[in-house]
Amino acid sequence: MRARITNILATFAASLAVVAPVCAKADPSAERQRELVNLVRQDCGSCHGMTFRGGLGPPLTSEALREKPADTLTATILNGRPGTPMPPWRQFVSEAEAGWIVDRLQKGFLDDAR
Amino acid sequence: MTRVELIGFALVASTIAGCATVASRETADLGVIVERATGSVQLVNQTKRASLGRIQGLGDLSHASIVYSHDARYAYVFGRDGGLSKIDIVAQRTVARTVQAGNSIGGAISRDGHLVAVANYQPGGIKVFDADTLELLSEVPSTYGVEGKRAKVVGIADAPGNRFVFSLFDADEIWVADLTDARHPAVRKFRDVGRQPYDALITPDGRYYIAGLFGEDGLVLLDMQNLDAGARRILDGYGRGSEKLPVYKMPHLRGWAMAGDYAFLPAIGRYEVLVVDRRTWKQVAAVPVQGQPVFVMARPDGRQVWVNFAFPRNGVVQVIDVPTLKLVESLHPGKTVLHMEFTARGDEIWISARDDDRVVVYNTERFQKLAELPAKSPSGIFFTWRAQKIGL
Ligand code: HEC
Repeated sequence: MRARITNILATFAASLAVVAPVCAKADPSAERQRELVNLVRQDCGSCHGMTFRGGLGPPLTSEALREKPADTLTATILNGRPGTPMPPWRQFVSEAEAGWIVDRLQKGFLDDAR
Repeated sequence: MTRVELIGFALVASTIAGCATVASRETADLGVIVERATGSVQLVNQTKRASLGRIQGLGDLSHASIVYSHDARYAYVFGRDGGLSKIDIVAQRTVARTVQAGNSIGGAISRDGHLVAVANYQPGGIKVFDADTLELLSEVPSTYGVEGKRAKVVGIADAPGNRFVFSLFDADEIWVADLTDARHPAVRKFRDVGRQPYDALITPDGRYYIAGLFGEDGLVLLDMQNLDAGARRILDGYGRGSEKLPVYKMPHLRGWAMAGDYAFLPAIGRYEVLVVDRRTWKQVAAVPVQGQPVFVMARPDGRQVWVNFAFPRNGVVQVIDVPTLKLVESLHPGKTVLHMEFTARGDEIWISARDDDRVVVYNTERFQKLAELPAKSPSGIFFTWRAQKIGL
């Protein structure tokens, strides 16, 4: 039994490894996008405000982020900023998803997507 | 008639006129539920476990909180976007509203009930309003350091003597503003209290103000009866040895838990509730729980302490039995539990599950579910018994 589970896991991991690079460039699936929007609005919103106008964390409106380098912002989401309350989100979003979030925030797509 | 009598007469007349349209209603078992995503609040009846209606148009209510007028007829709603709304919970309408800052975090009502103070992030400071009219009476900007920056204000509480006490997150300071003269606050500042105070509470007797620190393991205590003693560190290095985890949601201290000889506090970045001796302010135990605690609340009789949790372990509520300091129950009220509120005597508890759009009512002895009320992204639940409590 145990061996079988390990086996299944190995197969699963292998298929992930094959799938991951293909997905890296593509947008998250529609369902995952909904989850991410909810995560960003609600759980990032607890510090950045639900409309992203700021709170304990700075505003994340397109106005505030447009001019900032996307890769730095993506790294901030993935790794957090030590010494500040901004936590790392690497456990919950992939690099591609963090990039997608930054892109959306910079374009202001989430600003009033109530 | 003298002038005062005239005004009195006009008041009575208008009250009588008002009564013609507003049915009288008992308020002591009512409450307000914040619906954070839609800028609305629901009025509820605790006894009937029923919704009475909804008031809309209150702005961005993420992290919104509420205090009550002393007569428990009006609820003051502090919105995230700087909105301060005064709601008549009998007539079910907004009677006054002002957008007084760009970004705020909460507020408090003075001991005499005449002043409402709001803690602001942007521009940093507090503003004090007339509780009747919401007219701005005075302002205390949270200016600190040599560059004259303004800190984000957190953890505001009312203290005896018409004082408001609050913490400056970016400045590591605690300020006490005396509003005996509401237009001319007298401010006393306590500097270098500890790194990044993020929230605070005042004990139910109004005696001790305790701020939690984000930048260090420890808390700060200020004796409101003896300010000359200064801000004192307590629970220094409480988590020593165990690894601190990233914090996905700041704990709230305002849902203070004082039970028997103990105070229960959320450990920041740890799966623990800290148990503190109220006389010595020394830690006596740490109760392991299933996630990072956000609210740690004592049932009014002090027999149980209820805990909810930060993202991502936020679908569970756990109950600590105070005499044994053991977990006695884990409940699953729904996705993303944000807040809990006991009825005045603690026989029931209402719990909001944001991502399941519902509020669930439990019996606190047998833990059985009594009711479920639909609500849109519910967060804070505030019952009117708060009107008579210091620090709420
Ligand atoms: C516990 C509070 C908290 C939460 C939750 C949080 N943040 Fe932050 N965030 C902060 C703080 C504080 C800063 C500012 C850090 C600093 O001072 O450099 C920040 C900074 C940032 C920045 C950099 C902004 C800039 O102008 O440089 C981005 C982007 C960001 N956060 C995105 C997110 C996203 C996306 C989420 C949710 C997945 C999130 N944050 C959740 C507190 C938080």
